[in-house]
Amino acid sequence: MPTTVAITGNSAIAIAMRQINPDVVAVYPITPQTSAVEEFSDYVAQGKVTTELINVESEHSAMSACVGASAAGARVLTATSSQGLALMWEVLYIASASRLPIVMYNSNRTLSGPINIHCDHSDSMGARDSGWIQIYSETAQEAYDNMIQAVRISENFDVLLPSMVMMDGFITSHALDRVDILSDDDVKGFVGEHKPAYTMLDPEHPITVGPFDGIGGFYFEYKKAQTEAMHRAFDVIEQVGKEFEQLSGRAQPIIEEYRLEDAERAIVVIGSTAGTAKDVVDDLRSKGEKVGLLKIRLFRPFPTKRIKDALKHLNAVGVMDRADSIGGMGAPVYMEIRSALYNLDTRPIVQGYVYGLGGRDVGKTDVLKAFDDLAEVQHAGEPSDIVKYIGLKE
Amino acid sequence: MTTLKELSHKEELLTGGHRLCAGCGASIAVRSILLAADAPVVSGVATGCLEVSTTIYPYTAWRTSLIHNAFENCAATVTGVETAYRSLKKQGKLPADRELRFAAFGGDGSSYDIGFQSLSGALERGHKFVYVCYNNEAYMNTGIQRSGATPLGTWTTTTPVGAAHTGKEEHHKDLTFVAAAHDIPYVAQASVSHPRDLINKAEKAFQANGPAFLNVLAPCPRGWRHESNLTVEVAKTAVETKIWPLYEIENGEWKLNNRPKKDRPIEEYFAMQGRYKHLTAPANAEIVEAYKKEVARKWSRLMRMCGEKE
Repeated sequence: MPTTVAITGNSAIAIAMRQINPDVVAVYPITPQTSAVEEFSDYVAQGKVTTELINVESEHSAMSACVGASAAGARVLTATSSQGLALMWEVLYIASASRLPIVMYNSNRTLSGPINIHCDHSDSMGARDSGWIQIYSETAQEAYDNMIQAVRISENFDVLLPSMVMMDGFITSHALDRVDILSDDDVKGFVGEHKPAYTMLDPEHPITVGPFDGIGGFYFEYKKAQTEAMHRAFDVIEQVGKEFEQLSGRAQPIIEEYRLEDAERAIVVIGSTAGTAKDVVDDLRSKGEKVGLLKIRLFRPFPTKRIKDALKHLNAVGVMDRADSIGGMGAPVYMEIRSALYNLDTRPIVQGYVYGLGGRDVGKTDVLKAFDDLAEVQHAGEPSDIVKYIGLKE
Repeated sequence: MTTLKELSHKEELLTGGHRLCAGCGASIAVRSILLAADAPVVSGVATGCLEVSTTIYPYTAWRTSLIHNAFENCAATVTGVETAYRSLKKQGKLPADRELRFAAFGGDGSSYDIGFQSLSGALERGHKFVYVCYNNEAYMNTGIQRSGATPLGTWTTTTPVGAAHTGKEEHHKDLTFVAAAHDIPYVAQASVSHPRDLINKAEKAFQANGPAFLNVLAPCPRGWRHESNLTVEVAKTAVETKIWPLYEIENGEWKLNNRPKKDRPIEEYFAMQGRYKHLTAPANAEIVEAYKKEVARKWSRLMRMCGEKE
């Protein structure tokens, strides 16, 4: 029987981890992921899980130990944020190349410098090329749901790629929200037994993981194989989502289309700001404005076709990025949306907006600024190539 | 203690066909150590000569399961494997009678420097595994650059000899002491020149009830600039000149394993290797003196720790 509780996003993750009951967790604390780890440690101390917890001495070692444990056939979870994710960077690539179904909660926090413990998406955006599946959560409920589904997605033999599940640091991780928790049995049944693709622990069948690929080798083909696995992940993610919907009653769309069908202009956004933006959409709609919102839940693999289909009828699309690519033409999500729409015969105008860096608060007024600016852009008939900033102190 | 005859009947766990140089000390060390395990071994290896030369896809020289992750995380990676083993066994997901031993192999580059943190954390957490540092005193795989294990005055490609500087200007770390400072059950210094001693130590290491650390001197003919058939001879000289003492620390008890009978002059060691040829120049006499003084200081210290009279 599901239970309705008022808990933080981090607590929701800790509960999901407890219910998944992984074989091994190797983890290092970092704000704002810490309370999730502390709560899980409590479950370990109380004997509520059979997990072996390794309190490693850095995030680099956390991901390294996760790779070792997963290669040994264990079901492995971990968590990090910001500098921790950055410190793991080289091992992220190795984890996905080794086709290990590690699942990681990343509490979105900005990358130093300057050092700032608050939310933006620069950390996970920085890892978007690493071959990990990336799922973003708007709410604590979504984070809980995503964490559980990620285990099934990653472990699917058509996929075998690690997943990272994001939620906004502090904003969602530390705020109390209503969450419907599934029963322990339901989660256990949903994730099922872990059947590893390979194990290092069978002395009758020794294997070498991570061999050297020489100049006459197969690196290129190997990367292509990873890309193909990413493409196969779409169907798996949808299938797992449907199963989860049957279990929980909650739909798990890869992208959420909010009042988009007859919209003329829309904002694209990731994370908690989507909640605020939906309110702004409703306000504008009540004034007769034809606006909508696209919330991206799945960022890797990037759902190009679905996004194209969702946005192609619009006159103008404003992409709000909570990260930037310094020196790039624009911020990450903006660039990918723009590219996704490029081949359309008639395509919407795309305008980029960077907001909320370093935890800069985003309220309805800020989202409204984006919609208003987008209206002007739509009216003028052309976007600015220059990405605009919302929320700067000027 | 297994006899040599018994050992000779055991299967070689590192097969031939790998691409390590003729005379490489690392392969001698690994083969000896793997022979000493009392149960099947699961290994990890850091990026370095050993890794790139023994795992060229689609071939592998390892008859044990092996994982290579990155350069500085071999220890952490193996602790992950070891923990998975314990977890799966505890839950009945592995047969209860499956006994495995865990080993991590890293060069001095990985162990003394870039992987130092990973090694220290693994030792502190008390995982049951054997960490082997095959020590050739420089980053050999990338072309003989200095490491924290490179002794004073040594030529390397990043501490070359010229008008302004003469080889490495710092003494090296004592990683064996650092390992001992973690108060783990077994620590030892060994050499490829003393195989019986090395294998005994490896046996003890695999049987230790917690982390074990072996620092094994493994000369590199290419990097040390000596003929490839002299690897064992050079290592033996290091031991006999007291540059590389053989000792062990079992549950905190320090024991000297080898006491050179004669005082071989360190010049004999230098004379065998091109990386020290500049030390014959009179201008570098001070460096030689400083080197000798350091060897003597460490030997005295070791004598005291082992309760031996000099």
